[in-house]
Amino acid sequence: MLLGAVAIGGCGAQSTLDTHSRPAREIADLWWWMLAAAVVVLLGAIALLAVGWRQRHHAGLIGLGRLERHTTGLVVTFGILVPLIVVTAVFAIANFSVASVTNAPAVGSTSMTIDVTGHQWFWEVRYPGRGVVTANEIHIPVGTRINAVLRTADVIHSFWVPSLNRKADMIPGYPNRILLYADKPGVYRGQCAEFCGIEHANMATTVIAESAARFKAWLAHNAQPAASPVTPQQRAGLRVFEASSCASCHTIAGTPAHGEIGPDLTHVGGRTTLAALTIPNTPAQMRDWILHPQRIKPGNRMPDLALTAPDADALVAYLESLR
Amino acid sequence: MATVATTPEARARIDRLERIWTQRPGLIGWLTTTDHKRIGLMYLFTASAFFLVGGIEALLIRTQLAAPERHVLSPGAYDQVFTMHGITMIFLFVIPVSTGAFGNYLLPLMIGSRDMAFPRMNALSFWVFVASGLFIYTGMAVGQGPDAGWFDYVPLASKQFSPGEGIDFYALGLIFATISTTAAAVNFIVTIFKLRAPGMSLNRMPLFCYAFLAVSGAIVFALPALTVALVLLELDRRLGFHFYDVAQGGDPLLWQHLFWIFGHPEVYIIILPAFGIATSIIPTFTRRKMVAFPLVALAEILVAFIGFGVWAHHMFAVGLPTIITISFAAASLVIVIPSAIQLFAWMTTIVTGTPRFKTPLLWIVGFIVFFIIGGLSGIMFAAIPFDQQLTDSYFVVAHFHFVIFGAAVFPLLGGLYYWFPKVTGRMYDERWGQASFWVTFAGTFATFFPMHILGLLGMPRRDYTYHPGLGWAALNLLETLGSYLLSGGLLLVLATLVIALRRGPPAGSDPWGGDTLEWSISSPPPAYNFAVIPKVTSAYAMWDAADREEDARKLDRGELVLDHGHETPASTVLDADYDEVLTMASGSWAPLLLALALAGVFAMLLLGHVITAVSFLVLGALVLFSWHVHEPQAS
Repeated sequence: MLLGAVAIGGCGAQSTLDTHSRPAREIADLWWWMLAAAVVVLLGAIALLAVGWRQRHHAGLIGLGRLERHTTGLVVTFGILVPLIVVTAVFAIANFSVASVTNAPAVGSTSMTIDVTGHQWFWEVRYPGRGVVTANEIHIPVGTRINAVLRTADVIHSFWVPSLNRKADMIPGYPNRILLYADKPGVYRGQCAEFCGIEHANMATTVIAESAARFKAWLAHNAQPAASPVTPQQRAGLRVFEASSCASCHTIAGTPAHGEIGPDLTHVGGRTTLAALTIPNTPAQMRDWILHPQRIKPGNRMPDLALTAPDADALVAYLESLR
Repeated sequence: MATVATTPEARARIDRLERIWTQRPGLIGWLTTTDHKRIGLMYLFTASAFFLVGGIEALLIRTQLAAPERHVLSPGAYDQVFTMHGITMIFLFVIPVSTGAFGNYLLPLMIGSRDMAFPRMNALSFWVFVASGLFIYTGMAVGQGPDAGWFDYVPLASKQFSPGEGIDFYALGLIFATISTTAAAVNFIVTIFKLRAPGMSLNRMPLFCYAFLAVSGAIVFALPALTVALVLLELDRRLGFHFYDVAQGGDPLLWQHLFWIFGHPEVYIIILPAFGIATSIIPTFTRRKMVAFPLVALAEILVAFIGFGVWAHHMFAVGLPTIITISFAAASLVIVIPSAIQLFAWMTTIVTGTPRFKTPLLWIVGFIVFFIIGGLSGIMFAAIPFDQQLTDSYFVVAHFHFVIFGAAVFPLLGGLYYWFPKVTGRMYDERWGQASFWVTFAGTFATFFPMHILGLLGMPRRDYTYHPGLGWAALNLLETLGSYLLSGGLLLVLATLVIALRRGPPAGSDPWGGDTLEWSISSPPPAYNFAVIPKVTSAYAMWDAADREEDARKLDRGELVLDHGHETPASTVLDADYDEVLTMASGSWAPLLLALALAGVFAMLLLGHVITAVSFLVLGALVLFSWHVHEPQAS
C-alpha cells in the first residue's frame, strides 16, 4: 500500500538527476558539465550585449576600435574557433566515453535477461526460462547487470526509467536492448516516452530492485500457477472471471483463461498498483477499476462490463487472493 | 527620401505608372490581385488568424496541465489539440508569415523590383495556403482532428490504430499545403536570381535576401520527402498498401526517416527568415554595416545546406547502429559553426556600432538571448546519451520552443514593428512598443524555461495529465501563468499596432534611416513600388545618398521608368547587369479558381470519390488554360 503510493508518485521518483546506476550517473554528470559550459557562454553573451548597451553612444570596441579586421577577427574567434573546440570536446566525451556506458550491453556482459513488451497501455514483463510473466512492476536483483530486451505488441513505445538509464524506443520489428542496473534496493519509476495514443499519460512502470535473496523468492513464487480460490466468495469470483469476458483478454496460469490483450493476472494480488500505475492496488480501488475502467483510464482497452455489485465484490476477492 | 515629381513630365510619368498598376477596386481587387504587397498582407492576416487559433490551443494545453489530474479537455480532445497546435504553428503560421508575408511584401522592395517573378503563381500560393489550412481544420471542426502528434509516427497513424479520418485530414491537407510552399519557394528563387535591380550583384544583395534564398532552396529539396511520406501513408491507409507495416515486410522507420529528412531542414526553414530579419534590423539601429558580411551570407546558405545532413538526430532513441548515430551527431555539431558565426556577427555589430535600443532592436536582442539558450540546449542534444535521456521529455519541448518561438517568432514581431511605418505610413507609440516587448519576453521565459527542469525531473511530453507527488506541479503552474503573461504581451503588441494604425502620426518614407531600398519609396509604397528602377552600387543602397539622388533625377529624364506597360526589368544572375524588360502578369481570377479546384480534388479524395476528384482536376486544367490567356496591357 505504502509502496503503491510511492510507486505512483513519490517526490523525485522519476528524475534524471536522482541517479541510482552508473549509466544514469554518467549522463547526469555530462549534463552538469554541459550546463556549466552553457552558463559561461550565456553569461558571456549577455555581458557582451551589456557592453553594447553601455557603449551605445560610442562606436567601436574599447581598445579595439571598429577596424573591420578586428571585428571580423572576433567573429572568426568566437564564431568558429571557440565553438569548434567546445563542440569537439562535447562530441568526444559524450559520444565515446559516456556512450560506452549507456549503449546496449555487450553480449555476455549481463547475467540475466528480461523481456519487456510495450502494449497500449501497459508493460508486459517476462523472465525467459523462468516461466514468470507479470506486468508494469519489474522486479530485478540489486547490483546485477540485466539485459532488458524491448519490444512492442502494437505501436511505438519508449521504455524510460530515468534514474537507472536512458530511454530506448520499442519499435515493431526492431527489438532494442538496454542495460538495467540498480546500485541499491529501491523503487524506480518510469514512463512511456513516445506518444502511443490516448492513454500515453497513464503508461508508467516501476523497477523494483531488491536483494538477491528476496528477488529469488519473488521469482520462485511468481513461477507458480495461480493460487486456487479458498473462500466461497473467491470461488464465486473465479466463476465470474471465467463466465464474463475477462478471460478473453487476460491470462491466469492454472485456469483456462489465456487471453493476451490485457496484462497477465496470475499474481495480480501481489502487485502494488493497477492499470500501469494509474491507481494503487487496494480492494476498493480494484473494485472501482473493474466497474468503471473507462472512467478511471478513458480510452483504455478494458470495456465497462456492467457487473453486478456482488459479482464485482467476488471478483475483487478472488483477484486480490492471487498473491 | 521618396521619389517626388518636380517637373510636369515627371508628374505625367508617375500618373501613367499609377494608371498601369492600379488594382481593381474593392473586394474583387483583393480576390484577383497579383500585387506582392497585397498578397503579403493577406498572408499576414490569414497566418495571424491561424496564430490566434494555435495560441488558443496552447492555452488550453497549459490550462489542462496547470495542476495534476485536471480535466479541462478529455484525453482524446487533448491529443487533437496538441497535434493541431504543432501543425498550426509550423505549417499555418510561421512559414506562411515569414516567407508568405515578410518575404512577399519586402523581397521585391529590397531588390528594387515591381513584383515577384511569377505574380499569378504567387496568388495561387496564397489561396492554396488558405484552402489547405481550412481543409485541415475541417477535420477538427467535425470532431475528426488528427491526434497522433505533428510528426504522426506509424504504426500509431496507421488505419489499424487510428481508424478515423483525422490522419487523412492531416496527410491530404499537408500534401495540399506543400503545393503552396513549394510554389512560393520557386517564385522566391527566380525573383532573387533574376529580378534584382541593375547593379545589385550577388555580393551587393542584402543579407535578408540571402536568408530567403537559403530558405527557398531548402523548401524545394525538403518538402518532397514529406510529400512522399504522406502519399505512402495514404496508400497504406486507403488502398491497403504495406509501406510502413512490418508484418507485411514494410518498415515503420521508413516514415521516421522520410519525415525527418523533411523535418529537420524544416527547422532551418522556420528560423532562417528570422535571421534575415535580424540582419535587416541590426544595421539600421546600430548605424553600422554588418560585421563580416561575406561570412554571414555564407553561413546563411551553409545552415540550410548542412540542415539536410542531421535528420537522424531526431531518432537517437530508435536504436540505429552506432556508426550512424555518431555521424549524425557530428553533423549536428558542425551546424553549430554557421549559427555561431551569425550570432557573433550580430553581437559584434551591436557592440561596435552606436545602437539605438528602440522596439525593433529590443526584439532582436531578445531573439539573440533566446537563440543562445535554445542553441545551447540544442548542442546538448548532439551528445547522444544525453539526447537518449532527455528526448521526448519536457526538456526537448523547452529546447524547440526557445528556438521556434523565442528565436523564430521574436524577429517576426521585431520586423512587424520595424516595417509597420513602411506598410501603413504611420508610427506606433515607442513606449507601448517597448512595454509589449518586455511583457512578451518575461512571459516567454516564464512559460518555456521551467520546462527544462521538468524534463530533467522526468516529465514526458504529450501527456494529458500527470500524477501529483512527482514534483511537477509547481513548475507546471508557473508555466501556465507564464503562458497567460505571454498572451498578454502579444495582445499588447496587437493593441499597440491597431491604435497606431488608427491614430499614429505619419511616419514618412524613412523613419529609421534604413539601409535597404524599401525605405527609398513612400509609405505605404505605391502599387508600382519604384517610379524609377534604382541602380545599386553597394549592399546598403539607401546609405548611398548620391545614387538615390541620381535615381530621382532619372525620373525627370524618363530613364528606367518603364511606363509603357506592366513592366519590371530582369537582370543577369551573378552581376545583375540590365538584361531585358519583363511584362508582368496582371490581376486574374485564375489563381483563386485553381486553388478552389484543387481544394475540390483533395476534398473528394478524402471522401473517396475518385471520379469527382478527377473532374475537379480537369476543371483545374481548364482554369490553367485561362491563366495563360494574355491580357491586353494598359499603356
